Amino acid sequence: MKSAVVVFPGSNRERDVMRALESVTGVAPKAVWHADTELPAVDLVVLPGGFSYGDYLRSGAIAARAAIMDAVRAHAARGGLVLGICNGFQILTEGGLLPGALMRNAGLKFVCREVKLEAVAVDTPFTRAYAKGDVLRCPVAHHDGNYFADGETLARLEGENRIAFRYAEGTNPNGSIADIAGILSDNRRVLGMMPHPENLIEPLQGGTDGRPLFESLIAA
Amino acid sequence: MKARVTVTLKNGVLDPQGKAIGGALSALGFGGVESVRQGKVIDLELADQDAAAARTRIAEMCEKLLANTVIESYAIDIVG
Repeated sequence: MKSAVVVFPGSNRERDVMRALESVTGVAPKAVWHADTELPAVDLVVLPGGFSYGDYLRSGAIAARAAIMDAVRAHAARGGLVLGICNGFQILTEGGLLPGALMRNAGLKFVCREVKLEAVAVDTPFTRAYAKGDVLRCPVAHHDGNYFADGETLARLEGENRIAFRYAEGTNPNGSIADIAGILSDNRRVLGMMPHPENLIEPLQGGTDGRPLFESLIAA
Repeated sequence: MKARVTVTLKNGVLDPQGKAIGGALSALGFGGVESVRQGKVIDLELADQDAAAARTRIAEMCEKLLANTVIESYAIDIVG
């Protein structure tokens, strides 16, 4: 499973996710600079967490219009896998690769802690190593993770089983509508999520609950 | 030509920052403030000479970048 991680000015979790990918898949990902216009031949493109372009204007807004994003869109259009974590999720919604928008946390505070996630859609290249209803631990660290979608979009996400993860009852850290923590594209090949599975992949980090997400990808 | 774009959250979208400001105003004793919505102002200086053409171009800028039309609406004012 070959992968590339796009680095934007202000990304700060690219090393974490590269380390997770290499540790689980055995193949070192390639880092791709935001100003590049071509991606290497890979199966998966990851948009990492951080604060691309200082979160100016809106989180992910400027990164979503970066030069490399045309190549990311083309990769997604031909069925390539795309994973956006935290700021990466914001970039995917801003870029129209996933529906809805991520707004300021309802509590107005930056939230940095561990939450519990429920695996909802498990028939996907990202989640097949989880069982439906599995509850896993996962760190979150964000200021703009309050997922919003209009009623029609929400009904479509629910109806098409495109909610990958929900915050388990009582742990929604940001006011996300329907406790949504991660959603999928209609072809289930693009996943955007606010929590950071790449930060819980080995015992030294305090747990391995995020590891199955990367294990799922090996077979993809 | 100068133009001002005002971006606000759409009606029906919860605006927690507006709510916090409303709470602070009420704590300061300002009664009768029924709702506060917070937005952002983006001032542009353009080489355009024609106001109508500028307005069309700014609307394009709003749709492409300045506003997230999933949650935000925008208003364009040509100010001089």
